[in-house]
Amino acid sequence: MRRALRRHPTLIAGALALVVIVAAAVFAPLWWTGDPTQMRPVQRLRPPSTQTWFGTDHFGRDIYTRTIFGARVSLAVGASVSLLSVVLGTTLGLVIGFDRRLDTIMMRVLDGVMAIPAILLALALMALMRASVRNVIIALLIPEIPRVTRVVRASVLSLREHLMVEGARALGVGTPRILLRYILPALVAPLLVQGTYICGSAILVEAYLSFLGAGTPPVIPSSGNIMAEGRAYVQLAFWIIFFPGIFLAATVLAINLVGDGLRDLLDVR
Amino acid sequence: MLAEVLRRLMATIPVMVVVAVAVFALLHVTPGDPAVIIAGDYASPDDVARIRAKLGLDRPFLSQVGIWLSQIVRGDLGTSIFSGLPVATLIKQRAGATVSLTIFAMLISVGVGVPLGIVAAWKKGSWIDRLVMVLAVSGFSMPVFWLGFLLVYVFAISFAWLPVQGYQPLASGLWPFLRHLILPALTLSVIYMALVARMTRASMLSVLSEDYIRTEFAKGLPPGRVLVRHALKNASLPVVTIIGIGFALLIGGAVVTESVFALPGLGRLTVDAIVRRDYPVIQGVLLLVSGVYVMINLVIDMLYVFLDPRIRY
Repeated sequence: MRRALRRHPTLIAGALALVVIVAAAVFAPLWWTGDPTQMRPVQRLRPPSTQTWFGTDHFGRDIYTRTIFGARVSLAVGASVSLLSVVLGTTLGLVIGFDRRLDTIMMRVLDGVMAIPAILLALALMALMRASVRNVIIALLIPEIPRVTRVVRASVLSLREHLMVEGARALGVGTPRILLRYILPALVAPLLVQGTYICGSAILVEAYLSFLGAGTPPVIPSSGNIMAEGRAYVQLAFWIIFFPGIFLAATVLAINLVGDGLRDLLDVR
Repeated sequence: MLAEVLRRLMATIPVMVVVAVAVFALLHVTPGDPAVIIAGDYASPDDVARIRAKLGLDRPFLSQVGIWLSQIVRGDLGTSIFSGLPVATLIKQRAGATVSLTIFAMLISVGVGVPLGIVAAWKKGSWIDRLVMVLAVSGFSMPVFWLGFLLVYVFAISFAWLPVQGYQPLASGLWPFLRHLILPALTLSVIYMALVARMTRASMLSVLSEDYIRTEFAKGLPPGRVLVRHALKNASLPVVTIIGIGFALLIGGAVVTESVFALPGLGRLTVDAIVRRDYPVIQGVLLLVSGVYVMINLVIDMLYVFLDPRIRY
């Protein structure tokens, strides 16, 4: 353990922090939290204290409880977006990497989609869909898929000419088996790293969408909408914004550290 | 050279056509009747019919795409459903704040990020290097709006040095203009700065390990001269590339920053349009921003010729 820590300090530090945050979110009711939506008008805008660690908001709701429950949305969105974008993006990348005609058309389309800044595309999608966690995931997924596809396609194009693939082909190995045995294993490391970064950025963008009122609906506490509700009280009750923000930044930082650590460990460029 | 510029310019046309069609097709790809979605939950059937006719949603899809494309070519981005004004006019009114904000933020991030990256690479493994790397990864993980509120709380509320929010155009004087932009630009610059610093460090590290750099240090050239004149010049290509690619990040951050500081820019225009489901405005902004993004990256591609004499078009 100590040797691992010395060799990969960022990976270990990030992973440990992430384990704590995930545990906090998954076992949220066990961590001295209350009901995130319970309003106590008597306790409006209380500063942080031994009873309410992160203070309370304008409805008297406990910010600590809401922050921990908000992490559930963040992590669910981050995990779903990174997993789905890697799976769908890889599938698409493998298909167009092996089909010349499809390749020229699809790359044009993907280049076009990638020219639209991701946050704006997600915002536009949210404008056309009802606010829900599922739709936020879809809106974040669509800008990410082309980015994965591009990486996979590039690897397929270079690996296809590789000697081992040519050899396998000469021995009569079929395309599906070549994909499975020779191409996919080479993609695992870069996709693991890219997936980790996608998870981090999806969590941030979910917070942006919710902050702008186009993300997770207000009935479900998420770090973005908690802070959006606190913006009217920046002067009076800064803790409503301060603590959820720190927690969100720590979550994304932990994920990005894992990403950096994995990149060094797996020697991905 | 001119022929190459023209060829490149032509090559962006298919990308822009895809953007235009994609931005338009979103309306039809998302589940549900677009007219009903735009009209909102409390609309009467008459409202829905009016919107459907106004946006031409009653025509066949391909003819709608054709009309949309021919409009764009003529510089017509459609009409806002909410205000009744042409989208192009609305964008022109709001562009000033966004352009000022992004340019200011870009200057800060490059002005601070590049030197930080150079020093980190020069003193690799030292505490300065570690500090820069920690700052870079933290900057990259911070929610933009949270940082904005933090700066407002410290500099505008606690110390009351700078205004909490609002915007003054350059026409009302340089100082009022800058005063209102300092906090938003700082907020927006952090992510971008982190990106630039990381890329500068990585690129400088690979150049600094070259033999000629060691020779220059060995013959006693002042370090500043070696780092900037000889190393940075050769390390600049990836840095310039990331500045172009990062523009997408910058514009996304601008939407959030404008909301925090109540700046009347394109981001606010978009967010307001989303709340009002004013889709023509969203389409117009998306198309314009993507076009600018493509153009910036084209210009950067062309810059390569000046940065690296080995590249010839």
